[in-house]
Amino acid sequence: MTFLQVNHLKVYYPVRGGFFRTVIGHVKAVDQISFELQKGETYGLVGESGCGKTTTGRTIIGLVKATAGEILFDGKDLTKLSRREFAQHRKDIQMIFQDPYSSLNPRKRVLDIVAEPLRNFERLSPQEEKRKVQAFIEKVGLHPESIDKYPHEFSGGQRQRIGIARALTLNPKLIIADEPVSALDVSVQAQVLNFMKDIQKEFQLTYLFISHDLGIIRHMCDRIGIMYRGQFVEEGTKEEIFQNPQHIYTKRLLSSIPNADPLKRQEQQKLRQQIEKEYEQSYSRYFNAEGRAYPLKRISKTHSVAIP
Amino acid sequence: MLKQSVLQIEHLRVSFRIHEEYYAAVDDVSLTVHENEVLAIVGESGCGKSALALSIIGLHPPERTKLEGAVMFKGNNLLTQSVQALNQIRGKDIGMIFQDPLTALNPLMTVGKQIEESMDYHTTLSASEKRKRTLELLERVGIPNPAQTYDRYPHELSGGMRQRVVIAIAIACNPMLIIADEPTTALDVTIQAQIIRLLKDLQQQMNTGIILITHDLGVVAEMADRVAVMYAGEIVELADVYTLFTRPLHPYTRSLLQSVPSTQTSRETLHVIQGIVPPLTKLPRTGCRFRARIRWMDESTHESHPILREVEPNHWVRCTCYQHFYFPDGGERA
Amino acid sequence: MVKFILRRIVMMIPQLFILSVLIFLLAKAMPGDALTGQLANNPKMDAQTLAEMREKLGLNDPLYVQYARWIKNLLHGDLGMSYVHQQPVTDLLAGRMWNTVLLSLCILVLTYAIAVPLGVISGRWQDSWADKLIVGYSYVSFATPLFIFALIMLFLFGFKLGWFPTGGSVDIQLEEGTWEYYISKFNHLLLPSLSGALISTVGIIQYLRSEIIDTKVKDFVRTARAKGVPEAKVYSRHILRNSFLPIAAFLGYEITGLIGGSVFLESIFSYPGIGQLFLQSIMQRDYSVVTALVMISGLATLVGTLLSDIILSAVDPRIRIE
Repeated sequence: MTFLQVNHLKVYYPVRGGFFRTVIGHVKAVDQISFELQKGETYGLVGESGCGKTTTGRTIIGLVKATAGEILFDGKDLTKLSRREFAQHRKDIQMIFQDPYSSLNPRKRVLDIVAEPLRNFERLSPQEEKRKVQAFIEKVGLHPESIDKYPHEFSGGQRQRIGIARALTLNPKLIIADEPVSALDVSVQAQVLNFMKDIQKEFQLTYLFISHDLGIIRHMCDRIGIMYRGQFVEEGTKEEIFQNPQHIYTKRLLSSIPNADPLKRQEQQKLRQQIEKEYEQSYSRYFNAEGRAYPLKRISKTHSVAIP
Repeated sequence: MLKQSVLQIEHLRVSFRIHEEYYAAVDDVSLTVHENEVLAIVGESGCGKSALALSIIGLHPPERTKLEGAVMFKGNNLLTQSVQALNQIRGKDIGMIFQDPLTALNPLMTVGKQIEESMDYHTTLSASEKRKRTLELLERVGIPNPAQTYDRYPHELSGGMRQRVVIAIAIACNPMLIIADEPTTALDVTIQAQIIRLLKDLQQQMNTGIILITHDLGVVAEMADRVAVMYAGEIVELADVYTLFTRPLHPYTRSLLQSVPSTQTSRETLHVIQGIVPPLTKLPRTGCRFRARIRWMDESTHESHPILREVEPNHWVRCTCYQHFYFPDGGERA
Repeated sequence: MVKFILRRIVMMIPQLFILSVLIFLLAKAMPGDALTGQLANNPKMDAQTLAEMREKLGLNDPLYVQYARWIKNLLHGDLGMSYVHQQPVTDLLAGRMWNTVLLSLCILVLTYAIAVPLGVISGRWQDSWADKLIVGYSYVSFATPLFIFALIMLFLFGFKLGWFPTGGSVDIQLEEGTWEYYISKFNHLLLPSLSGALISTVGIIQYLRSEIIDTKVKDFVRTARAKGVPEAKVYSRHILRNSFLPIAAFLGYEITGLIGGSVFLESIFSYPGIGQLFLQSIMQRDYSVVTALVMISGLATLVGTLLSDIILSAVDPRIRIE
């Protein structure tokens, strides 16, 4: 069942120049991308810095205005809703941010941080509110008495779980997680990732998981979209992307990942050199004259590649 | 053939003053770096790896730092050298590469001038010779159009190019040792692969020893010859890279390897190391420091004064708890 | 660069236009006009002639016509007549403007000459006794209002000790162009500018101090140390250059502050400049002078901002203006 559908989404930023600062061009942060999320799945958006993955997430949640295109959620186009109508849907879509150190207000108690979305959308008595917050704080594995503490009293992983508790309070259907573990140490990363998998089952959540780390993407996601300079170059299931990458950029990205087996160094190096060569030689097969990717072309039921 | 040693760290203890008390962030660490080898020091934030790296060339603020032990380099103990004497070594015999190439370069100076600056103090080259050498260096670290880049400011370059400039600064005077503190952490994965390659090539061409500080086990697997794993200020395991990845022994090393999601294998849940790394002021100073993170292990498996022991040739492990260690949540992935 | 400056100057036109409309309307809203003053000064004037003169001067015309005439005169350099002084505002301003510019320049030079070394010492040797002393000084000067401090200076060094003259801009008997004339001019400037400078240094000292403290721990400073750059050079080539950036940009904005400060200083030291004139004119309701001065200070503020932007783009390669 299609849950969220993004159609030909564009986010352009004007570039101004000349004497009167007129618009002389656009930065195409997100350029004509389309993808769908099925209910209950985890969809990964991967790419390097500046590829538009974060902008895409922020546009869906309404933090960035779409230049063109549709975002269909529950049969409604989010880009065309009024502020008030959008707020209603905003309840169903929550976001988990990258940096647990700066995304929580240091002057607020955990109770106030977690209750903030509740206060925006529901009228609860202070007792009800407190009970609800405590329940969620327990759910994310923290002590219920933690609600009177301040963010600095927690470790990075605990803070990220407070951020998750805040995102969960309104029973959202979709969670956009933008690099949720990039700022954390590996052992803490594991904790947060495991936990995200657990609550996904429990609350039947759909995730849009944004990351630059292909190891984490592979661990978390069912389907994956590879972004490059604001465009999709490949989309497919986890297996298709990792076992059978088709686009040269995907191959290049995958071959760049450090191989955790030191015995395979030479092999990996050879593979990289070979792909680098292919990248140089067959660039025009994958990118048009302006250096833009071609529209996605379906090569199997679930696998699409940007080739002419 | 035995490799010549370049630097010996002997019982190094680095303590920082926090509220009038000194706390050791690096506690009794001994290590040797050889020429033409990459020695990786790996661990999570707060384990003391960066503190260790910076203490070698005395980059900690002296008024808040206490250094004990010895760092022997070319017959001298660097810890007791004056700043003037250290300045003769910094940038000349020992080069340093930092994590974030955006902030590691002076925004108001051209790239060329920043590379030349270390030659200003360590060589007697004329202005035109320095320029010539800088252009060679830029070419060597893989920057296209060295002549144009020479006059560029850091903000005009991409992240990968900036890191190449930082590397050019580090190798400007042909150092015997390079200290690379998280050199690829701030970079995209495709750029990371290029920088790793570059560092490896430079190491081999120049016969340099490299101390690689990183939290990324993937980078270690790709680059290192030997690996020291640090936890809470101590080395808990030291081995060559193949041994460490195929036969890790210390519980911390094994746990770390189990908690990283990998692209090569898949596993439903990742291993979580219980508890947290205690803050510097609350580090356990006696017994096995990893004890609190593996509470299911019987106390008797730990030593009361754990030391780093050579359990097989060139494979060192701290504490005896590794002999009995098992994961409570079942097997280890291959 | 030239293009940028031109565009900024073009952008100033609408800003100045809005300012001029506001000033014009405010002046019109004030009770009385150019002839009200004449009535008081000239007993022979009767209501009949006054009405005729009003008609002649166009004071009965619709507002926009009057505004157009005012702005036309303004553009021709005609700032109107001072009712009180009975002479063209332009003449009134000419000599005083020069005095004020001189005073402001003196304050500016003294301010930076005091503030930069103190700020550098304070930032570099943070928490040393010198730093504590300097911070102490800046707290005191921050808490002291300019007019009180200036009065104390005047009382102490002008009247009690008699080291400096207590008023005017030059000794009256001296011939312009002679050496003594310039010495006297400088002598008159010293006390007011020192008073102004000692108070206005505080912002720059504190700013520079915290900039240096911030910059000292930056990564690129560590890079410089790792290169083996000697400590003195680490400061001169890396820390100070980066810390001076915002201070340099401050220079332009400082102009605005100087205009405000000159009002107090010139009044207290009876220094014939436009600040003193401004205060007098307000008290005597000499509106044509007031409007002209507000217009000029508005222009100076805009030019000051532009100057700041130009300085910043000249010293910071990250801000490049095509």
